[in-house]
Amino acid sequence: MPLGLIKYAFSDRYPARRHFPAAKDLKPSYDIVIVGGGGHGLACAYYLAKEHGITDVAVLEKGWLASGNTARNTAIVRSNYLTPEGVRFYDESVKLYRELSGEFDLNILYSERGHLTLAHTDAAMRTSRWRAEVNKHMGVDSMVAYPDDLRRICPELNMSRDVRYPILGALYHPPGSIARHDGVAWGYGRGAMERGVEIHQQTEVTGFRIEKGRVVGVETDRGTIKAGKVLQAVAGMSSEVARMAGFKLPIRSIPLQACVSEPVKPFLDPIIVSGSLHVYVSQTPRGELVMGGSVDPYNLYSTRSTLDFKEGLLAHMLELFPFLSKAKVLRQWAGISDMTPDFSPVMGETPVENYYIDAGWGTWGFKATPVCGKRMAETLATGRVPDILAPFALDRFARFHQVGEKGAASVGH
Amino acid sequence: MKILNCPLNGPRNVQEFVYGGEVGEMPDPATCTDADWADFIFLEENRKAVIREWWCHAPTNFWFIAERDTASDEVLRTYPASEVYKERRDFAAPPEEKKDGGA
Repeated sequence: MPLGLIKYAFSDRYPARRHFPAAKDLKPSYDIVIVGGGGHGLACAYYLAKEHGITDVAVLEKGWLASGNTARNTAIVRSNYLTPEGVRFYDESVKLYRELSGEFDLNILYSERGHLTLAHTDAAMRTSRWRAEVNKHMGVDSMVAYPDDLRRICPELNMSRDVRYPILGALYHPPGSIARHDGVAWGYGRGAMERGVEIHQQTEVTGFRIEKGRVVGVETDRGTIKAGKVLQAVAGMSSEVARMAGFKLPIRSIPLQACVSEPVKPFLDPIIVSGSLHVYVSQTPRGELVMGGSVDPYNLYSTRSTLDFKEGLLAHMLELFPFLSKAKVLRQWAGISDMTPDFSPVMGETPVENYYIDAGWGTWGFKATPVCGKRMAETLATGRVPDILAPFALDRFARFHQVGEKGAASVGH
Repeated sequence: MKILNCPLNGPRNVQEFVYGGEVGEMPDPATCTDADWADFIFLEENRKAVIREWWCHAPTNFWFIAERDTASDEVLRTYPASEVYKERRDFAAPPEEKKDGGA
């Protein structure tokens, strides 16, 4: 590097622009405390400030911003779910996502690719037809695609009958997209800070002050603060944080592993998902193939890697794309999923007054970031749960009114 | 590959086992309230700690209990369920007068 460049580092004429200025001390009290500085927590803070004018808000994050599941998902956005409740919810998210780059003045690399959910059995074809009809009814662009359509939509796909699970058709969802997940968190975080929200990283919540069934304060490793309302948005650690507030959740924490290949020439336009083969794959703008499989077979809070996962996933990848047999896996990681019994999230009120929850994000959390942030902000600001969130209330389990979401990814159906 | 020590079959590959969830006390379905029953079937302790959980060795259909650390994935001990459950539990229908126990 030419030494001449160093002078710019010391020059005042080119100050580095910081997305997130260094944190101040915690104030003794906030109107709203958001526990968890991932995409969801930051999005909620952003919409509280932007749409409701509430800026006396602190976001507390024990690590660094968006270092949990926001950075570990495979960045797919879609709304072709099965239940009308789910379709309506995720479709609002897709609509918000489309506008985010402009709204943030930050490119989140939102890229509409089309999304194929492959069917390898008659039962899966039936589910595809079912989902397509529910989607159309709810105004979402989805259709059943047959092998001739698939050869046109994704010519690279191996349509041979000479494999263990030949492809019979697919559910085609043209609005399916990928986005840069870090960008989404940065955009929401920066937008919230510019409007006056405080973001405190390296601040771990250690307990809650609860008086007469109502939350009044939050204990942290930097001292105790008073809080008017609290939002818990810590998917991955939801049960442990809820336990501090004194209630149980219908959640099992299960690792979801993913990996990425070395970059290759762009060849794969649509996002390919196969529920039967437990594969989903998309190609990033850099050319890497981002691949995920099913959740691990048992509960765990560790993000360790297993050989079982890679053997299973990559064997199935080679059925779909045999020409990738020489491609190498570049890196792998895991996130901790909040798996609920009905594969739907948990949002809204809790047994503790003024304590709201945003949890149960199994394999469907990233795509819900904008709608969940916006609607949770509405819930906190008005004290009323909007209709679009109502089906996902925590007490649905006590009422035996689950929202059975068979359109969720990474789970066996 | 992870190895689990089955009390009946000895150390076996973890892929041979099916996970059965936390060991919990089942309320009496004939007398408990709906809320207790919903709690039992849906809500989870889900601790990041050493927990007791059910596992089944699928080829032999043998259910047993493991003590495992859910933070490190280390299995501390496995033992047959008979070590905890010594008596057979009777799920016979309750007498008529108890049937209105549900909410």
